[in-house]
Amino acid sequence: MELAVKDRDTFSVVFTGHVDHGKSTVLGRLLADSGALPQGKLESVRETCRLNSRPFEYAFLIDALKDEQSQGITIDSARVFFKTKKRDYIVIDAPGHVEFIRNMVTGASRADAAFLVIDALEGVRENSKRHGYLLGVLGIKTIVVIVNKMDLVSFDRSRFEAVKSEFSGFLDKVGLVPVSFIPASGLMGDNVTVRSEKTPWYGGRTVLESLDGFDGIPVLTEGPFRMPVQDVYKFTKFGDSRRIVAGRVVSGSVKAGDEIVFLPSGKCARLKSIETFNSAPKLEASAGDSPGFTLAEEIYVKRGEIAVKKEGPRPNVTSRLRASVFWLSESPMVKDKEYTLKLGTARGSAVLESIDKIFDPEDLDKDTGENSLLRNKVGECVIKLKRPMSFDIVSDIRETSRFVLVSDNNIAGGGIILEPLKDKQSWSRDKVIQRDIKWEKSAIPYRLRHRRYGQKPWLIVVTGEKDAARKTIAKKLEEDLFSEGKIVYFLGMVNVLYGVDADIKGAGNDKEEHIRRLAEVSHIMIDAGMILIVTAIEFSREDIDLIRTSVESDNITVIWVGNKVTTDIEPDLVIERPEDVENSVGKIRRHLAEKNALEYDEE
Amino acid sequence: MNHLDILENKSVYILREAYANFKNLGMLWSIGKDSTVLLWLARKAFFGHVPFTLIHIDTSYKIPEMIEYRDKITREWHLNMVYGKNETAIGSGNSYPAGKTDRITCCGLLKTQALKEVLSAEGVRYRFDHGKGKYVQDPNGDPFTGIIAGIRADEEGSRSKERYFSSRDKENAWDIGEQPPEFWNYYNTDFPPGAHLRIHPLLDWTELNVWEYIDREKIPTVSLYYSKGGGKRYRSLGCYPCTFPVESDAKDPAEIVEELRTGKFSNIAERSGRAQDREDGGGLETLRREGYM
Repeated sequence: MELAVKDRDTFSVVFTGHVDHGKSTVLGRLLADSGALPQGKLESVRETCRLNSRPFEYAFLIDALKDEQSQGITIDSARVFFKTKKRDYIVIDAPGHVEFIRNMVTGASRADAAFLVIDALEGVRENSKRHGYLLGVLGIKTIVVIVNKMDLVSFDRSRFEAVKSEFSGFLDKVGLVPVSFIPASGLMGDNVTVRSEKTPWYGGRTVLESLDGFDGIPVLTEGPFRMPVQDVYKFTKFGDSRRIVAGRVVSGSVKAGDEIVFLPSGKCARLKSIETFNSAPKLEASAGDSPGFTLAEEIYVKRGEIAVKKEGPRPNVTSRLRASVFWLSESPMVKDKEYTLKLGTARGSAVLESIDKIFDPEDLDKDTGENSLLRNKVGECVIKLKRPMSFDIVSDIRETSRFVLVSDNNIAGGGIILEPLKDKQSWSRDKVIQRDIKWEKSAIPYRLRHRRYGQKPWLIVVTGEKDAARKTIAKKLEEDLFSEGKIVYFLGMVNVLYGVDADIKGAGNDKEEHIRRLAEVSHIMIDAGMILIVTAIEFSREDIDLIRTSVESDNITVIWVGNKVTTDIEPDLVIERPEDVENSVGKIRRHLAEKNALEYDEE
Repeated sequence: MNHLDILENKSVYILREAYANFKNLGMLWSIGKDSTVLLWLARKAFFGHVPFTLIHIDTSYKIPEMIEYRDKITREWHLNMVYGKNETAIGSGNSYPAGKTDRITCCGLLKTQALKEVLSAEGVRYRFDHGKGKYVQDPNGDPFTGIIAGIRADEEGSRSKERYFSSRDKENAWDIGEQPPEFWNYYNTDFPPGAHLRIHPLLDWTELNVWEYIDREKIPTVSLYYSKGGGKRYRSLGCYPCTFPVESDAKDPAEIVEELRTGKFSNIAERSGRAQDREDGGGLETLRREGYM
């Protein structure tokens, strides 16, 4: 495995631990004793303390902001840059106060390794455990525990061993193995940069030696290729005709000529070239690179999909998942609320389906049947997405198993996916992905076809109660569009029922398979460039989800005809007075125009 | 992959996230080394293009060479360039160089206030017309919702507290204690109406990294950064009444890299030549809470 940094390292390390256990003091001492402080900094902080009649603390060095010094705690994860003889460091000083866990998470997620500071006198406290657990969930594997304030326990070895034994036991339960435990005093400087004479029984490293001893985080260049698509660019200025798929490779590598699949859509193409600006041409891109590439065949892909190789393990595609979720927002995570979930570059609506277990720092084995996840709690939850997304599970590929939940404009929590769960469309989706991977493309690029026809292919689903004027409206819409030169076709559910479905007609009540087949027929007609109007009685939300599984989700408009919506469907438009056909068709046309549907455009 | 590649790839990722999430996106270009590196990174991210507006705040006290350089690059790279200024304060001589205010107030008026007005579209914007080869008043009245700025965490205390994506309210105020979390590769890209987001792709870069990168990529920079034989050069650029050169013989980026590596400036703050930072016991922090970069 290749290491992240080959020449001069920049290494990020975070200091965590319970409030007042001395994180900033250890860090301040480390900076002062290793000669990393700018000239006059130490003196100016001493002077500030003298003027405010407060005892000098090393922590004040780190607490660069004025109002922090007045409160006496570090309120955000400040980064401190310093260097040792070995390499450059970004030290993140994470606040320990229980209210500021979100800042600790911010700081710790950027770190390659962590120091967790525990007060030798006070021993293991709630946040020592909580931080330890969060470091694990965040994916930080390298942890060194500093047993601080050893001066307060007269450098007593048995006290050190007691803390070590208690905390090792805890970390073991949550699957973390600390690199080492260091008995230290930030205040006095023992075992920070210089080995202490007061701990002759300790033969291990100092804090500084541990820091310089950490290994870089291995980059996942050997795993399966994964690149969440950030965008597809076509900048036409100065005659640039490239269509570039851009993103950041988070696992594995890819080279020109590789067959690529985009998920969840299942679209395939061959990678033609890797594009760069002001660098030598590249033939390969691997984990950590932010490349762009062109494709040999023209396909429609967009932000939110994950590019993977056709060969090799593929990520899951589903709309339900089991995950470890940590919640950071003041208002708890609850079941009846819609959140925005971001996974890779995908973004969509999500709800909490159930909480199966809540992590309790005091009692790891506790099972709960609670309905909400409070701030700073970690729970094992089932999450239901509105639309399927593509992801891996944490034990396979860490990077593509991570997501965040957004509530009221802010990131409110994060999670790692433990397991994909089946949803109502899984049986059909597996077929569709296989269909797309096997799909033999037409010789005509889709864009040329759309340009020739002067339209954007579209599926208009007209549904509603039995006696509503669904078909009348649908056919009038068909006539209007046809007379304007559109290539449009009306398809009633019944037309499929006695033909394509002849083999299953009447055999049980397999409504789902009927819908799947209707959707597959629609998919072919839309691929052929048509505008298709489909009618059926009283579609439900699940019926529409099933259609969306087969047909490109962006190009569907769902219309409910009738005064009352009698199913759980979420239509794009409701036609309330269907008797007035002319007016109803007008409404539909206006809605489609607003959505920029049907009309061909270059992009 | 070396450390510059790692920094470059991360910044490119952030720039693309900004572009994907904001319709009205602008990048602050102070003409200095950091925001020029940022501009270069945008060309990397978008394969030679810069698909958003570049914004410069002209205090009318910028060193003339900076403005010449700005317009030369604008022409050569076909940039979508806009500048704005606080014409009221400049017109009435309400500034430090005109003797009516102290330095902090002057920065507040000529930079922060001008910036606020250009971002919100309340102030006049001048856009470079590539056909005419000059600036014309910009009729576009949309406020910017995403602003990319080239600040670095190692510059100064308050900048070390920044997120990559950071929300600013209508008044451009920044609440440091109440910032939402930001972790893994996820950023806070949503914001309430009237607010905007500041985006900071250079947060992890150091002064040394910036010069190493300028040297590696051969990025054209304004010549004020280099000694022309007189033993002096600028380390940080601003308005001429408040910016002072440092003692140095470094003639090009490679020599500056060497100078920084040998630790010549290790005990002197990078912005020590910027007089406004020293006022009020924390001038830059005071300015930044109110909307300064």
